[in-house]
Amino acid sequence: MVEREVVDGSVREWRSAARTRAGTPRGGAGARARLRLGVGAGLLGVLVLAAIVVPWLWPASEQLFDYTQVRRPPSGEHVFGTDQAGRDLFVRTLAGLRVSLLVAVICAVGTITLGTVVGAVAGFLGGWPDRLLMRLLDTVNAVPHLLLGIVIVALYRGSLTAVIVSIVVTHWTTVARIVRAEVLSLRRRPFVDAAISGGATRGHILRRHILPAVAGQAALSAVLVLPHAVWHETALSFLGLGLPPHLASIGNILSDARSELLLGGWWNVAFPSVLLVLTTLATAGIAATLRDRLVPRRRSELAL
Amino acid sequence: MERAELDGCVVNAGVGAERGAVSRRRAVGVLVLRRIALAVPVLLVVACGVFLLGAASPFDPIHQYYGEDVFTASDEQLAHTRVELGLDDPIVVQFGHWFGGIVTGDLGTSRVFHQPVAEVLAERLPWTLLLAGTGIVIAAVLALVLGVVTAWRQGGLLDRIVTAVGQGMEGLPSFVVAFAAIGVFSLGLGWLPVAGVTDGDSDATFAQVVEHLVLPALVLGVSQAPWLVLHLRQSLLTALADDHVIGARARGLPERLVVTGHALPTALLPFLNVLGTRVPELVTGAVLVETVFSWPGVASAMVEAGLAVDYPLLAVLALLATVAVLLGSLLADIATVATDPRVRADG
Repeated sequence: MVEREVVDGSVREWRSAARTRAGTPRGGAGARARLRLGVGAGLLGVLVLAAIVVPWLWPASEQLFDYTQVRRPPSGEHVFGTDQAGRDLFVRTLAGLRVSLLVAVICAVGTITLGTVVGAVAGFLGGWPDRLLMRLLDTVNAVPHLLLGIVIVALYRGSLTAVIVSIVVTHWTTVARIVRAEVLSLRRRPFVDAAISGGATRGHILRRHILPAVAGQAALSAVLVLPHAVWHETALSFLGLGLPPHLASIGNILSDARSELLLGGWWNVAFPSVLLVLTTLATAGIAATLRDRLVPRRRSELAL
Repeated sequence: MERAELDGCVVNAGVGAERGAVSRRRAVGVLVLRRIALAVPVLLVVACGVFLLGAASPFDPIHQYYGEDVFTASDEQLAHTRVELGLDDPIVVQFGHWFGGIVTGDLGTSRVFHQPVAEVLAERLPWTLLLAGTGIVIAAVLALVLGVVTAWRQGGLLDRIVTAVGQGMEGLPSFVVAFAAIGVFSLGLGWLPVAGVTDGDSDATFAQVVEHLVLPALVLGVSQAPWLVLHLRQSLLTALADDHVIGARARGLPERLVVTGHALPTALLPFLNVLGTRVPELVTGAVLVETVFSWPGVASAMVEAGLAVDYPLLAVLALLATVAVLLGSLLADIATVATDPRVRADG
């Protein structure tokens, strides 16, 4: 129900108070959401494909030092230019993107596993285990994520595992909270009562009835974690505390690029940044659309 | 406010406020005490976690103590130092030793900066507070202006641009913003310096510091702003549909008074709260921005400490950041209790 009124000669759309409170989307939101999903998925598809295919076609030039080709601006031969060691930035950036995406996916799997286990246990058991786990969750959230990441990675330097662990440790809280809320409502449903009267043990109910029911929610939250994982890994690598140099991710490349920028080599920064931003935007766009579509009522809760 | 006398609501709101002032002050006091009581175990657990991480790490503190000299020191010297530092004590004793030091003000010695951690903090904390304070003010002002304008003209051109840019920038790491700013304003236009707080080794005069502060503070503010803008816009949209705003419209009040006098105060309450809970993001942003701009604050010290595995400094800075986060959420709650007559105290 859209009312119109004329203010200062211009037509303004009005929505009734009840509608706005209920959060009903405006007309055309569905088409826009579809567009966002399509663009996001298409963009991410192209990026993933490029990240897989390009480093595979030119496997050597990512690491190849070529001192005759140092600091070349973008040209037909080197689309993204070359860096201070003569490495082709096009291949190097896409190889970096591949590393970043791979790390992000591993982190998402780790996050979802840890978060689901903690959330399901807390929600299903209730009582003091629930309170204890939720306090732990608040405590983890009280430390800024990047700082906790820096501490972990600094003490276990130069290993892929440390980076992954630091991301999982800081991001499981979101998944745990979502899963716990879902389990809290699920365990009062009739099918759980039926299972209890059928003599099922708690472990059985958790495994066979609760966990499958929250799987969709957990999968969705894993998608939501993806852009954050990419961001976190990039930030750590950018600070020089992330992945080891032979596993150059976009963050490592940007870290090298900082000094090049001051020497005028804008392409060292521009292209990796653009690819990074496109990746996070595409993932975030897909995640947001899926979220709105699957769980409209959980909008505020899922806002990562 | 040309027709403010028509606006009964605004005038009447003042009556009865004085009666509530005393009880509200008490509520704030109770809130602060409760929060401090809750903060102690959180800090204890964080300290414990950070300590255990350090204890379990493959880095031997003896190497940190000696640095490169560890290769030339004799076994007896090493053994002597181990006993002196208590490295072979049970882990609980070590933790008690370390945590006791922190509580009594002995924060240990930073290896990177070759000075006590307390001195590092005293030197660097003011710079971070300056940068973060300016950044949050810029972000809040941006959010207020853009949030009000976009919510007021929802669906307009500016609204669509700001919303799109804001949503796009949420996925933009602040160091990318920093690179763009350096590229355009420092290298392209040559307006502002690239890094540091002064030119070369000249003194930190007011003009110098301001000139060097502009770019990092703008980057920090702008990278924090999108979320705040979108949040304020959303809560203002909700407020614009509230009954009292519709009532104000029905009484024929001027549009400006309806938005700034009726809708905005309602929307500002959650905004204040959100501002306080954004401290983690502010800390994260400060780490990245300070690093890019070589700003001599505690956040860039965190990175240097991390790179050099300077454990005493790392641990203290992690605790400091936790304190900042807890303080931010406490301030947010105090602001809510102090400004919203409906809120009694926290649960």
